Amino acid sequence: MKIIKNIFNLIKGYYKFILITALIYLLFQIFDGSIPIAPRLLTRYYMQIIMFALINIIMTVSLNLINGFTGQFSIGHAGFMCIGAYTSAYFTTILFKAANMAYFPQLALFIFSLIMGGLVAAFAGYLIGLPTLKLRGDYLAIVTLAFGEVIRSIVRSSDEIAAFLNQIGLVKFSETIAKISGPRGLSTIPNLSKFWLVYLITILSVIIMRNFIYSTHGRACLSIRENDVAAETMGIDTTRYKIIAFSLSAFFAGVGGGLFAHVLRFIHPNNFSFIKSIDYLIFLYAGGMGSITGSILAATGLTILPEFLRMINFQQWRMVIYPLLLIILMLRKPSGIFGNREFSFLIPKRKEVN
Amino acid sequence: MVLLELKDMCCYFGGLKAVEKFNTKIKKGELVGLIGPNGAGKTTVFNVITGIYPPTSGEIFFQEENIGGLPSHKITQKGIVRTFQNIRIFPTLTVLENIIIAYHFRTHYSILSGILRDDNYHQEEEEMSKKAMELLHLFDLHTYHMNPAGSLPYGEQRKLEIARALATEPNIILLDEPAAGMNPYETIKLMELIKRIKEKFGLTIFLIEHHMQFVMGICERIMVMDFGMQIAEGTPQEIQKNPKVIRAYLGE
Amino acid sequence: MTKKQISSSVNKKMLAYDKLPNWKKYAFISAITLFFLALYISFFGIQAFFQQLVNGIQLGSIYALIALGYTMIYGIIRLINFAHGDLFMFGAYISCFLGNYLMAHNFRYPFIVVLIFSMVVTALLGMAIEKIAYKPLRFKPRLAALITALGVSLFLENFFALSPQNVPFPLNKIVFGPKYILFPALIAEKTYNIGGIAINNIKILIVIITIILMIALQYIVKKTMIGKAMRAVAFNKDACLMMGINIDKVISITFGIGISLAAASGTLYALTYGQLQSPYLGIWPGLKAFIAAVLGGIGNIPGAMLGSYVMGVSETFATSINSNFGYGIAFVILIVVLVFKPAGLLGKFTKEKV
Repeated sequence: MKIIKNIFNLIKGYYKFILITALIYLLFQIFDGSIPIAPRLLTRYYMQIIMFALINIIMTVSLNLINGFTGQFSIGHAGFMCIGAYTSAYFTTILFKAANMAYFPQLALFIFSLIMGGLVAAFAGYLIGLPTLKLRGDYLAIVTLAFGEVIRSIVRSSDEIAAFLNQIGLVKFSETIAKISGPRGLSTIPNLSKFWLVYLITILSVIIMRNFIYSTHGRACLSIRENDVAAETMGIDTTRYKIIAFSLSAFFAGVGGGLFAHVLRFIHPNNFSFIKSIDYLIFLYAGGMGSITGSILAATGLTILPEFLRMINFQQWRMVIYPLLLIILMLRKPSGIFGNREFSFLIPKRKEVN
Repeated sequence: MVLLELKDMCCYFGGLKAVEKFNTKIKKGELVGLIGPNGAGKTTVFNVITGIYPPTSGEIFFQEENIGGLPSHKITQKGIVRTFQNIRIFPTLTVLENIIIAYHFRTHYSILSGILRDDNYHQEEEEMSKKAMELLHLFDLHTYHMNPAGSLPYGEQRKLEIARALATEPNIILLDEPAAGMNPYETIKLMELIKRIKEKFGLTIFLIEHHMQFVMGICERIMVMDFGMQIAEGTPQEIQKNPKVIRAYLGE
Repeated sequence: MTKKQISSSVNKKMLAYDKLPNWKKYAFISAITLFFLALYISFFGIQAFFQQLVNGIQLGSIYALIALGYTMIYGIIRLINFAHGDLFMFGAYISCFLGNYLMAHNFRYPFIVVLIFSMVVTALLGMAIEKIAYKPLRFKPRLAALITALGVSLFLENFFALSPQNVPFPLNKIVFGPKYILFPALIAEKTYNIGGIAINNIKILIVIITIILMIALQYIVKKTMIGKAMRAVAFNKDACLMMGINIDKVISITFGIGISLAAASGTLYALTYGQLQSPYLGIWPGLKAFIAAVLGGIGNIPGAMLGSYVMGVSETFATSINSNFGYGIAFVILIVVLVFKPAGLLGKFTKEKV
């Protein structure tokens, strides 16, 4: 009963938000031909780009959790994404063959694999956070970058690891590792990231992160960003909250990676290089640090922009125009499009007390 | 009853003896001042008590418990809170949020209830807002409650920092130069405010200040430091007459 | 063990290391290094060891020149100039074109001319970039400049990678095209065999030029008026303004010097490998050099040199074992060093004054 009441309260608080998201979903359904009342504008290719945009939203908002809200400078987000992608692909492609399953077990397996991907990534975030969070600013940044690259080279040397395991007698284990086939990339990943699922998970992730930020625990993170010494003297265990923010962010990056693997259906360690991390950093700062709205809009806009330029026959120039626009944006608005402002429906109402 | 006791507390930075064998006992309900020339090590005493630096040697007892070397947030949770010489509010958060953050370690709802927004969350959040607003009223800051704290005038920021410290519901509050940068009128107002909150909350106050009128007018007992050493202790009248103190301030 | 216990035990272990006297720290580090070197020798033999050492020093020199520029620019305006690797690329290409021209006209000492020309031209480009893209952001949030630097980096790569036939008239003379090109043999390669170790004149030349440039740099920074101004600006810009130092000029000159070093490095790099893969070739050497600068303690000139040689040598050793390992080793060393020495090998860890 209590749970139902809670859910009811939740819906009541978010009716505007739910209405908007439902409307957007409906529009997509209409234009990709699922609801046949309008001409089909969005081909499969465009739907894939939109799904990438959604995944980028998860990635950018989760990066915002560390960089924007906790004030730590992390630039190795693709490393967590890599862990999530490989973990979830391991469950759906190597350990079980999701492609041969019935609909519901397949869905359950997929969700399970996404959560596992998130958890493993979160654990990695915890491990790397533990010894390094005493580092400041750029030093932390470079360690997170290095961490991402280490993950990538570990995956890339999966053949050598398998050979080594074989030598010391762990044949079974070695066979599984060999199937990851790091340097050649993992293909034949089943097509499990359906649009509705990616959409739903994106919304859920954003809501979860947003609710976290607007709770006392999120405020603890904000206080670290504002002034970590003062936060500590306000009784906040700053190390603990940095690690929590780091792990939570890594969790969602892992989930994003899992979705990414199942949209692209082929993953290679080079997909998750530092260049990818830089992409998310750009989305984040273009949108505005500490603004969920900014992250969402910038991730969507900047994912679609190069494709849009391709569409209007700027194929050659798109990767030149994109950085130029970025430079101009930063020169005109150094705090990003949104600064740290939010759309009002993302800010919870506080009862007026006077 | 002795609330805070420092026994031979030392703090060295390499070869620099910032604080050398500091001894004192502060009773419950006292208002004690700490003065001394610039660089005497006053702020370091506060930093060591509040756990920002660990003591090099010596012990710190708070309510008969040795707290030396505990991390800062633990010490705050035990009931010692401080303000800073250079204001350290949370500038882009609102005034109200600044206060609410101080209630953080007293809230019980988990991260999960925060995410799911269950009854615990709503109840505690509401309670916190209410308490915070009451405190802001007491400090005459309620009109600004939705403004970013960094946009407040300097004097109000100082007041906000004290209010935020009070919100942790401490037993003893350490004020590091609360009147720095204030004009005479604001200083008098601040003296009244400190007296008022001391009465209202039954606080013990330990403060550093350069403003002699302020210290002499408000403190019941004063300690004087010079070059990391404690050179005198007594009532304001005694301190004013103490030859060592005069020498420390005016030179030979 | 609970989370807290683990975290506190990790912290305690680090503290135990921090409290060791200096000579014990160095003994500890050298013992570990010697152990690994001994292991290498026992597997591959002493000859391979010296051969790799020579190669490592060569690679380290190339990194060192880039890292010096990184560290100078970071030291003076606290900006991670991500475009540095791309200016390295630009320098390599410029010297390639001029080299071809000079070789075709039978010039006497093509190498020295090419080196100096490419240093000057690249420095001018770098100073122009500083004026246009970084200067307006000097007193804005630091991360805005960082994102701008990323934008500049992406722009340089993608712009110069455009194919000339797709680009309208004036620009098609500038772009380099995406294909790989051969670098002219400006110096006839001679290989000497010293006790079974192959050393060629190019390797010797690279090391000599690097040493000359480092000494010149050290002289400029320590002994000249402009060097004094640089150090002053790095320390406190506001005070410099009051002392009548033209900080714009000082910063501009610092950029010029730092970037000319990157260009020199690019030329030497191209000379070693005899070809230029694509305008994207600066990304990884740039990143590695940045890591070397952080490893040594960013903002610290001797630190950058030390870090670069540590990186270069360890990378060649690791690559000779396995290419993936060679790629990852830099990052692993970085993480390990920063965990124990949070401000790099020669940097000072300053606790925030409260």
